[in-house]
Amino acid sequence: MSATKTEIRRGTYYDSVVLMQLQLSLSKLPGVVNAGVMMGTEANKELLEQSNLLTPEAKAALLDDLIIAIDGDDETSAEAALAQVDSLLTRRRSAAADQDYLPQSLDAASKMLPEANWVLVSVPGRYAAGVARDSLAQGKHVFLYSDNVSLEDEISLKQSAAEKGLLVMGPDCGTAIINGVGLGFANSIRRGSIGVVGASGTGLQQVTARIHQLGGGITHAIGTGGRDLSEPVSAITARQALDLLAGDDDTRVIVLISKPPAAAVADDLLRVARATNKPVVVNFIGYRPPAHLQQDEQLHFVSTLDATAELAVKLAQSPISNLQSPISPSAHLPFAPEQRYLRGLFSGGTLAYEALLLLQDYVPKVYSNAPLNKADKLANSLTSQAHTIVDLGEDEFTVGRLHPMMDNTLRLQRLAQEAADPEVAVLLLDVVLGYGAHPNPAGEIAPAVKKAKAEAEAQGRYLEIVTMVAGTDEDPQDMAGQIEQLEQAGARVETNNETATRYVGELLRTLNPLSGLPAVDPVALHQPLAGINVGVETFTESLKAQGAPVVHVNWKPPAGGNQKLMGILERMKRK
Amino acid sequence: MDIEQANLTAVERMMESHPVLVGVGKALDVIPGMREDLLLHAGPPITWERASGPMRGAITGALIFEGKAKNEAEAQKLIESGEIALEPCHHHNAVGPMAGLTSASMQVYIIEDKKFGHNTFSNLNEGYGKVLRYGAYSEEVINRLTWMNDTMAPLLRDAIEASGGIDMKALISEQLHMGDEAHNRNKAGSILFLKALAPHIARVAKDGATAGDVLQAIGDNALAVLNPVMAACKAMAIAAHGIEGSTIVSTMARNGTDFGIRVSGLGDQWFTGPVGNPKGLYFPGYTAEDGSGDIGDSTITETIGIGGFAMATAPAIVTFVSGTPKDAMNATLEMYEINYTEHKYFTMPALDFRGTPTGIDIRKVVETGITPRVNTGIAHKDAGVGQIGAGLVRPPMSIFEEALVAYAEKYGF
Repeated sequence: MSATKTEIRRGTYYDSVVLMQLQLSLSKLPGVVNAGVMMGTEANKELLEQSNLLTPEAKAALLDDLIIAIDGDDETSAEAALAQVDSLLTRRRSAAADQDYLPQSLDAASKMLPEANWVLVSVPGRYAAGVARDSLAQGKHVFLYSDNVSLEDEISLKQSAAEKGLLVMGPDCGTAIINGVGLGFANSIRRGSIGVVGASGTGLQQVTARIHQLGGGITHAIGTGGRDLSEPVSAITARQALDLLAGDDDTRVIVLISKPPAAAVADDLLRVARATNKPVVVNFIGYRPPAHLQQDEQLHFVSTLDATAELAVKLAQSPISNLQSPISPSAHLPFAPEQRYLRGLFSGGTLAYEALLLLQDYVPKVYSNAPLNKADKLANSLTSQAHTIVDLGEDEFTVGRLHPMMDNTLRLQRLAQEAADPEVAVLLLDVVLGYGAHPNPAGEIAPAVKKAKAEAEAQGRYLEIVTMVAGTDEDPQDMAGQIEQLEQAGARVETNNETATRYVGELLRTLNPLSGLPAVDPVALHQPLAGINVGVETFTESLKAQGAPVVHVNWKPPAGGNQKLMGILERMKRK
Repeated sequence: MDIEQANLTAVERMMESHPVLVGVGKALDVIPGMREDLLLHAGPPITWERASGPMRGAITGALIFEGKAKNEAEAQKLIESGEIALEPCHHHNAVGPMAGLTSASMQVYIIEDKKFGHNTFSNLNEGYGKVLRYGAYSEEVINRLTWMNDTMAPLLRDAIEASGGIDMKALISEQLHMGDEAHNRNKAGSILFLKALAPHIARVAKDGATAGDVLQAIGDNALAVLNPVMAACKAMAIAAHGIEGSTIVSTMARNGTDFGIRVSGLGDQWFTGPVGNPKGLYFPGYTAEDGSGDIGDSTITETIGIGGFAMATAPAIVTFVSGTPKDAMNATLEMYEINYTEHKYFTMPALDFRGTPTGIDIRKVVETGITPRVNTGIAHKDAGVGQIGAGLVRPPMSIFEEALVAYAEKYGF
């Protein structure tokens, strides 16, 4: 049923051309049959009447009133069209960018170039953090060239950037290449398939230049600033950069360059590097990798800049490596959004220990009653935290009862308890066969698995239950029969511990961001780079020369550099 | 407390205010707090001792008009003895251009805010030449004031009432599309005003000669609409004033000696500093040396987002600042830096119908070091000479800094 809706606006004047344009835009909206936008003169009312748009409200309108009348397919369409009036009236081109006005504030620059996604900051250090903070507040990534930014400012900037899913490259970041556009000091490098993360400006420049000389090319070169890999900063930017490059389909090989990082940071960063599932060439000048992260077909440790470039180019040219795990635990498993944790319930101590070791490659922390590091010890062995692996064969559980390889009672209780936790996504259990073990463990475990999965499903969740059956076909329990029972109950069955654990690790990786930081929108890399430059004018010129849209801010110290006023303004911004 | 929310409320109220010119009345009868022994003047509070030449002249003229003094010496005595008090127009919901002198028996325009209900007031515009607002008080000045009060005002009152009210918000948005920035240039607006009034003047006038005189007085005066425009702006500014926590400027005014501002979230406290001397073009025979310090309540236009802030729409007057149309654009673009929003209803064709910069934010002024740009007429420094040019002036930065410090103290930053 068609319906006519009218809005009368008093005390507004619009040129008739503007009104005609508004009328045209309104009549093009879905569900709009006809639209009339006119001042309330008698002549106009007659026109509206001829188009059947003269409602009683329109008829009562005065000379100075603006009548907006819409004939829609139904009331909803007419009302929806009326709701568009303000935005249609204010819609305009961002015409300001082609004027020669030099904005004096970030705000004004953002309005002139709304698509700007990066802010280049090269103002004196004591002001740089303020400009960077304002940029982040506007949702823009920051290339922070300035040095003399305090460590406290660096940490707080990077933390707040990470929370917002933004990057802060720097402070003291001399170079970066994003989507083919060089920021700061950068060479002209061919596009290719090597992604570079660099905490050392000249190192990054030298490696990218060498890649180009060798016929290779890069996707992006992300600078982090020299202090990023220090313990206090804990490689926030480098971890974000690895996340981004991991998810970037164009990047096949990753290069990671830094002066020697803090040991704890290196560990963590290499775990993230491994989790990218792409070949990573690591040049931590003079760094010796820890035992559990030995060089292998994925992580390559090199010690010179030339070797870094050469190996990266070689890897990029080799056929697509088969690093990707054959098991690809995928998005098709219908987990609920809050489900992300693992609970491993082991009867075998060594199996539990190995699982903990293997999972280091996938997640930052797994709690246990028998952890690898003291810091990861469960506060209470009866209560799991985040990712947890419990060794139920530990003495604390076997006082006054049989070992879990013989008696499943405790494990089944714990399984039900973990399965009821809405944050749990994956359960991992070992099922050890052989002489001395329970005569039919699957006969008890399979029904519990079935029940747990059904209950989760009833609550809109999905539980992945992985069982690792350890035994032989000659064992008394009938291994094939055990596997069959478990599979029928809906469990995934593996017969070796590493495969089972790595499968779980892969799953956890998809459920938990690699770096442990909120994801940076990959648009950061794919969008054409548009910048706002605050500081050194040559950076504006070089962006222009590379064809990137840029607005230069005619920056002056805030409040004329008056510390007291700057302090007030800063506090007002934080509130 | 949420500063952004407070400022949003302030600018929304400023833009949604809906001033309509509803009548003309005697100051004593219609202006709240008006008294026989009171003179209202432009700008923040002032004493005779500190008053500039044009201000002293205008005070003298007003007292002569009221029959209370015969010359400047007598006027000085009355003021200094306290027998006659001086108070800012702004303390009485009123505004006046240049000296802004308004005395008890003067007829004033009455604006009613149809959205928020408050009334604002402004005296009648005298036209060009030797006029009271520039400090002139010769016999011809007083005679003209008397004619305006006794002949023109009653006819205007009847015509405005017959018209059912003149929508000043619609008039301002229209004049902005006709080359006026509504402060220094009101040519188009004054013609719109004349157009709105003319049929009603013709109908209500007792004789054709009076109607002709009044129509001519309005038609010859390209500033005829300035005073009701200013009162309309005052209505918008009042709507935005007194919002707890807001950093938006709700008053800017000059008395020839001090430039004063008030801030929405800081109550009625004035922050004042010495006025500057406008830079601009001078009429033949005058130079910057002859100019008085900046004076007048007409900065109420910039306060609500027009005047100097809308230069992009008034390229015809860029010559006042010996500029080019591009400079006019840049003037408006610069003002976006320190204003909170863009006006919903006041738009500029030259900027693709972008709204004018609206709601001066003291935070942004202090942070960027950019002070508001004010278009202004320039008065001669001696009483009674009148206007000698027009140009551009800016308030002192110190008053915004002091306001920010006061804000920080009040709200604990």
